[in-house]
Amino acid sequence: MSKHRELGLTDFEYDLIVEKMGREPNEVELAVFSLMWSEHCGYKHSRPLLKTLPTEGPRLVMGPGENAGAVDVGNGLSCAFKVESHNHPSAVEPFQGAATGVGGILRDIFAIGARPIAILDSLRFGEVGESARSRYLLEHAVAGIGHYGNSIGIATVGGEIYFEGPYEQNCLVNAMAVGLIETDELIKSAAAGVGNVVVLFGARTGRDGIGGASVLASAELDADMEKRPTVQIGDPFEEKKLLECSLELLDRKLLVALQDLGAAGLTSSSAEMAAKGEVGLDLHVRRVPLREQDMEAFEIMISESQERMLCVVEPERVQAVLAVCAKWEVNATAIGEVTDTRRLRVFDGEELVGDLPVEALVDECPTYELEPAEPATPLYPVPPKLIDTDDAGEILLALLGSANLASRKGVFEQYDALVGSRTVRRPEQADAAVLMLPDPANGERLTALAPPKGEDGPKPAIAVSIDGNGRRVAADPYRGAVEAVLECSANLACVGAEPLGLTNCLNFGNPEKPHIAWQFSRAIAGLGDACRAFGIPVVGGNVSLYNEGAEGPIYPTPVVGLVGELPDARMSGRLGFESAGDVIAIVSADSWKPSKAASELSKLRGEAVEGPLPQPDLGELKALHAAIRQAVRSGSLSSAHDVAEGGVAVALAESAIAGGVGAKVSALDDLFGEGPGAFVVSGPAEAMTPFGAAARVIGEVGGEALTIEGSLSVPLVDLERAFSRGLTDLLD
Amino acid sequence: MKFGVVRFPGTCDDVDAFLAASRVGEAEILWHADHDLKGVDAVIIPGGFSYGDHLRVGAVARFSPVMREVELFARNGGLVLGICNGFQVLCEAGLLSGALLPNTSLRFTCRQVDLEVVNASTSWTNACEVGEVLSVPAKHTTGRYYAPDPVLDELEANGQIVLKYAAGHNFNGSARDIAGVSNKAGNVVGLMPHPEHAVDVLTGSADGLKLFASAAAVPAA
Repeated sequence: MSKHRELGLTDFEYDLIVEKMGREPNEVELAVFSLMWSEHCGYKHSRPLLKTLPTEGPRLVMGPGENAGAVDVGNGLSCAFKVESHNHPSAVEPFQGAATGVGGILRDIFAIGARPIAILDSLRFGEVGESARSRYLLEHAVAGIGHYGNSIGIATVGGEIYFEGPYEQNCLVNAMAVGLIETDELIKSAAAGVGNVVVLFGARTGRDGIGGASVLASAELDADMEKRPTVQIGDPFEEKKLLECSLELLDRKLLVALQDLGAAGLTSSSAEMAAKGEVGLDLHVRRVPLREQDMEAFEIMISESQERMLCVVEPERVQAVLAVCAKWEVNATAIGEVTDTRRLRVFDGEELVGDLPVEALVDECPTYELEPAEPATPLYPVPPKLIDTDDAGEILLALLGSANLASRKGVFEQYDALVGSRTVRRPEQADAAVLMLPDPANGERLTALAPPKGEDGPKPAIAVSIDGNGRRVAADPYRGAVEAVLECSANLACVGAEPLGLTNCLNFGNPEKPHIAWQFSRAIAGLGDACRAFGIPVVGGNVSLYNEGAEGPIYPTPVVGLVGELPDARMSGRLGFESAGDVIAIVSADSWKPSKAASELSKLRGEAVEGPLPQPDLGELKALHAAIRQAVRSGSLSSAHDVAEGGVAVALAESAIAGGVGAKVSALDDLFGEGPGAFVVSGPAEAMTPFGAAARVIGEVGGEALTIEGSLSVPLVDLERAFSRGLTDLLD
Repeated sequence: MKFGVVRFPGTCDDVDAFLAASRVGEAEILWHADHDLKGVDAVIIPGGFSYGDHLRVGAVARFSPVMREVELFARNGGLVLGICNGFQVLCEAGLLSGALLPNTSLRFTCRQVDLEVVNASTSWTNACEVGEVLSVPAKHTTGRYYAPDPVLDELEANGQIVLKYAAGHNFNGSARDIAGVSNKAGNVVGLMPHPEHAVDVLTGSADGLKLFASAAAVPAA
C-alpha cells in the first residue's frame, strides 16, 4: 500500500497536497498533512453541518474555534467548557484511553487560562450483564477517569452511562471539563510577534500515540490490538504541575499565546497557532526533550505524548518563563521562533526537513458533502426480551434494577466530587451538579487566595449537566437530538439554573455511508433547532466519526453538555422527596405525549428500536422549564425531578429513594412512557399555585411505600434494593 | 492564630485547607522547597498526591525541605494536622504511629462518613466532645489504618486514637475503625477524612470546622 494510504489519506487528497505544495511532500511533510487533514483534526465530513449550529448568545464570551468555549457567568468571571471524545483509545486500552481523555480536555481548559473546576463524563458500553468485555471496559474506563481526575485534584461532579448492544465493540468515552477565568484574562492561541520565541514545556516527547488522530480516531475500529501503541499514556502528576505552572505563567503575564498539545501533538498545536496568528513558525525538532534519543523528525512532530504545552514568548521574557517552569519542576525548552513566512518549517539540526504552507494545513483541508439517505430497513437488531409481565410493580422494579437506570453510586464513589469545596449538589442529590462560584461580595477571588468574609448573602453558582440517549436518536435522529438538549435544560431547571451555553460531542458511525450521513445530518438539524428555540449558543465541541466495526455502527450519540447559572446556590433544587405531607404534582406541557417508542420499557420487552418519538413544542417547553426554574429559585418546592427514562413511575421512585420516604398518588394514565415535557415536583400545596393549569396534584409524600392507585404499591426498601443493586450485581 | 498550609507538587486540597483555616484565623501557604515556616502557629499538611505519590504514598514528601522544619516544629510542641495525604506523610515521617495501606476494596472511594470523637483533649479536637459524631467526607485509595496490635493497644491506652469511623462507616477496613490518631502529646494529629471539605453546610456539612476551631483556641506558644 502506498505511504499516503497507510496514513489514511485518499489519492485525491494526496494529489491535492502535491498541488498545494507544488511538489511531492517528503516523509515529514506527509506525516504532518495526514494528521492535519484527518477527520479528527480537519473535520472533513462535519464542517459544513457544524456551521449550521447557532453560536451567538448574549452571554457568549468565546465561541467555537478556540481550545474551549466560554460564557459570562457574572461578577467578571467566565466559565470555559468543552466536551471531547476518547472513544477509540478507550476501546483499545480503557484505563489509559479514558485517563488521557480527561487529561486532554483539562488542558483545553487551562490553555485558555481558565482554572479547571469540574469534570463530567458520558460513557457508553455494551450490555454489561452479558458481556465480559463490556464489564472490563467499564471497570477500567471508570478507574482511568478516577485516577486522572482524583490525582490532579479536580472534582468529577456528574455524568451518565448507558449500556446498549451497539456499543459492544466501540465503547464511547466522552469527557467534559469546566473551568473558571476572570473574563479579561482569557488567552487566545494565536501566535503573534515575528521574532518571538516558541517554548515547549511539560513532559518529554516519546513514541506514544504516534498517529493517534489519523489511524485510531479517524477510521473504523477493527479488532487489531496492534493499535495499542497508538494509545497515549497519562501522568496526572505531570499535568498537575503543568496546570499550576501554566496558570502562574499567565498570571504573571509572561505569555503571548498558549496552546495545548493534543491530537497530532506538536504538528497541530504549532500549525493552529501559526494559522490563527497569520504568521509562520520555525521549529527545531532536535531541541525537543525526548524520552528516546533515536526518534526521527516526523515522530517528534506527530507524537501524542501527553502533558505538554506550547507557548509563544517575547525574547526578553524567556528567562522568566523558564524560571517559573523550573519552580514547578516542569521541563521547558525554546524550540523555535515566530516568522513572517506563513510557513511551518521543521529543522533537524541545520537541515530543513519540512516546509509546509500553514493555511493549506489548517484551513484548506478538503470537505466532503455528505450523501444522506434514510435507511429502508432497520439498522439495529431487536434487543432480547428480558421481561414478560404486565404487573406494574414488577415492571417498575425491573426498570429500576436495569443497568441503564440503576444507581451509579458504585461508579461515582470512585471519583472525588468534592475537591475545590464548590460542590453544592453531588451525584444523585439533584438532576444537575451545582458548583459555587467565587463571590466578590464576600471577598472571594478566583486567582488569589482571599479568605472569605463569611457574609451570609446569595451565593452565585453554576450548574452543569451532560446527556444524550443514543437509542432514542437511533429511533428518530432529529427528535432524539432535540431531546438531548431538552433533557439537559430540564436538569438545569430542576436545580434552578438557566442555560448559558452548550457544548457537544457528536459520536456517529462512518459518515461516508448514506444511512450514517442521514443520522448525522438529522441529529445536527435537531440540535440546532433546539438550541435556537431555547436561545442557547453552541460554544464548541468535538466530532467523533467512524464509530463502527464489522458488526455495525454505534447508536448515533450526540452528547450534550450544558452550563447554566443560578443566582443563589442556597436555593439549589434537590430530586428527593423531603417531608411527609408535601403534595406531589406533575408539572407538564400540553404537548407532553409520553409513548413507549424507544423507551427503557420497550428495550426490556425486546421491542424494535423505532420511532417516531413524541413531537415536542419547543416554545412551550422553554416556558415550562422557566416556570420550574423560577419555582426552584423561590425556594417554595421541596423537590424537583424531570420525567425521563422509565417515565413518571421511575421519576416518582427516584424521588422517593433519594428522599428515603414513600409516596401515595392517584391513578396515572401512563406510567412508563417517555417523552419530553414533564416534571415531578413536591412541596406545600400553595407552591403549586404559580404553575397554574400546568400542575396536576397527584398525591402526597409519606409512608414506607410507593403507591400508584390501581397500578402498584411497592415497599420503599424493595425499590431501594433494586436501584442500589441493579448495576453492582451485574458487575460482581 | 496563623495556620501554614504546606504545598507540595501534587498537593490538591491546599486551597480548601487554606480557606477552611481562614474561617477561624489567618492562613499562609508554605512552599515545599523552603526551609521556612513563616512564623506560623500551626501547620496543616493537606491532601493530594505529593510528588505523585511515587514510590509509596507520602514517602517522597517526608524528605522535602519544608518537612524538616515541620518535624522540628512538631517535636517542639507545634500544632500539626495531617489530612489524608498529609496523614500519610506524617506516618512516613515517624511523627505519628502506624501506616496507611490500600483500602480493602483496592478502589478510590469518595463518601460522606460519620466520625466519632474518641479524644476531645488534643489540640485539634478540644472544641469537640467525646462521643460527638462529625459528618465529614473521606476520599482516598490508601486509607486503611494499620499498626501491629501492641502498638494499637498502646495508642488506645494513651488516648492517641482521636477519631473513629462510626458503626457501618469504616469503608476502608481500618484497624479498630481508626480514622485519626495523635502523637502522645496531642499536638500532632492525622486523619484520613477531610475536615476542610466540611466547613459549610451548603457543601454538605460544617462539622469539620471544629478541628480548625480547636487549634485556633490553643493559646499561642
